[in-house]
Amino acid sequence: MLRCTGLTKSFGGVQVLKDFSIGFTNKDIARVGIIGPNGAGKTTLFNILTGFLRPDTGRCFFGNHEITHLSPYQIAQLGVVRTFQDLRLILQIPVLENVLLGRPRQHGEKLLRAISRFSVAKEETQNRKDAMLLLEFVGLESKAKVLAGELSYGQQKLLALACCLATGAQVLLLDEPVAGVHPKMALRILDLLRQLHTEGKLVIFIEHDISAIRHAADEVIVMDNGQLIARGKPNEVLERPEIMEAYLA
Amino acid sequence: MTYLLHILSLIGIFSICAAGANIVTGYAGLVSIAQAAFFGVGAYTTALVAIDLNAPFPFGLVAAMTTAAVAAMLLAALSLRLGHDYFVIATIGFQLIVWSVLNNWQSVTRGAFGIPGIPPLSLMGFAIRSQWAVTLLILVSAAAVFWVCHRLVNSPYGRVLKSIREDEPFAQTLGKNTLSFKISAFAVCGALAGVAGCLYAHFSAFIDPTSFTISESVFILSIVIIGGAGNVWGPAAGAVVLVALPEILRFVGLPSVVAANVRQILYGTLLLVMLMVRPRGLIGKYNLGR
Repeated sequence: MLRCTGLTKSFGGVQVLKDFSIGFTNKDIARVGIIGPNGAGKTTLFNILTGFLRPDTGRCFFGNHEITHLSPYQIAQLGVVRTFQDLRLILQIPVLENVLLGRPRQHGEKLLRAISRFSVAKEETQNRKDAMLLLEFVGLESKAKVLAGELSYGQQKLLALACCLATGAQVLLLDEPVAGVHPKMALRILDLLRQLHTEGKLVIFIEHDISAIRHAADEVIVMDNGQLIARGKPNEVLERPEIMEAYLA
Repeated sequence: MTYLLHILSLIGIFSICAAGANIVTGYAGLVSIAQAAFFGVGAYTTALVAIDLNAPFPFGLVAAMTTAAVAAMLLAALSLRLGHDYFVIATIGFQLIVWSVLNNWQSVTRGAFGIPGIPPLSLMGFAIRSQWAVTLLILVSAAAVFWVCHRLVNSPYGRVLKSIREDEPFAQTLGKNTLSFKISAFAVCGALAGVAGCLYAHFSAFIDPTSFTISESVFILSIVIIGGAGNVWGPAAGAVVLVALPEILRFVGLPSVVAANVRQILYGTLLLVMLMVRPRGLIGKYNLGR
């Protein structure tokens, strides 16, 4: 479904990814957790897979499409969306509007349609209904009219997830979805990730919290120094002393 | 009364021009100092079409909107890939190029002599000569422009523009082709400047390059900032203040030797105070200086 081969990426003299190859499918595995120490190359991998960075060498594919040199918006339109470590939302507009922004192929986003409003009102009504369903899914329906900037940090993480889901993308790349969040809220977010399995989504998330990986991931990938050092079921991989040593180091 | 109608007409024309700048600056978050260039392209197109082709006002209006929109899209397509600060410099460069063309292309624009004898506004074959009727037509045009802007910014299209202003990577990761939205915002900006230029050419009956200098671009941007960027009605408020203020200062009773300079100082001071005390402008939602 989503794969990359032979990726290398350097910043200055530091090689962040070293001949990195990996493939993901949602046939058996729906949630993949990526762990690794700081500087392991996790976020760089996400940036390359979503078009925010170009690899020095190597190629990326989503299904039959090569996405190596596509722009972020083109990759998102194909069905790969992401969240960022530093939360990115439109804080000055209401929560519902943020989710509506994610809806793909809106007639009202075309200039002349926006002015004439031809067939826009009906579509907007339907989009608002769909967006409210997503807000209900993440538990933010009561905050629909509140400005996104007035939400708590944990609620903003939920909103970021709802925005990604609004795009209808098949693959969600979530960069530390529960970092810095109250444990109860973290549990809620992780439970939501588990529920996405039924919708056929592939969720790949970077996380430093081992318990979060154990709770929500079907598979764990361990990265260190720009390389893949282990991959497998969390209970098996996270029991291996050499893995934990590399991670904790 | 004629004097007041004249001021009111200028407020209408500059609020239309600033409404276009507000789409780009207030909603898409792009600072452009080339609005007077689009305004000039619209005015000169109108003048040439009206005099050389003897075409009616609606035809001139469409021609002015088209040429100004194309000029704006050209600027956007060429320079939007630059970083923010460099983009602003590119818009200044474009403004200077357009002004130079207007000032030097003698065979078409008559250079510094300008184009006199632009016919008055006319609708369905009837020339509008009464100052009241001209002012009314300009204000009705301004109302129509603000209605269009209101629909635009309160649509899914406007939502994407706001997202580009606030966080472009976020918009991209949700699948929005932000470059295309920014170019189309410039097209709107140029088209509205074209409307203003068309009205201005008919209203003043004479145009020359001094009306379309970089100072005018800064003036139009000031209207957006003082009125309130990111609010549909901000440019109207800004135009009322900035067009009327210098006129009010005429009646302060300054000695005629220093009047012009003191007026400029007072005007500049007011701008500075506004930006420091109320950076979002009179009724704005977006702080351009954050």
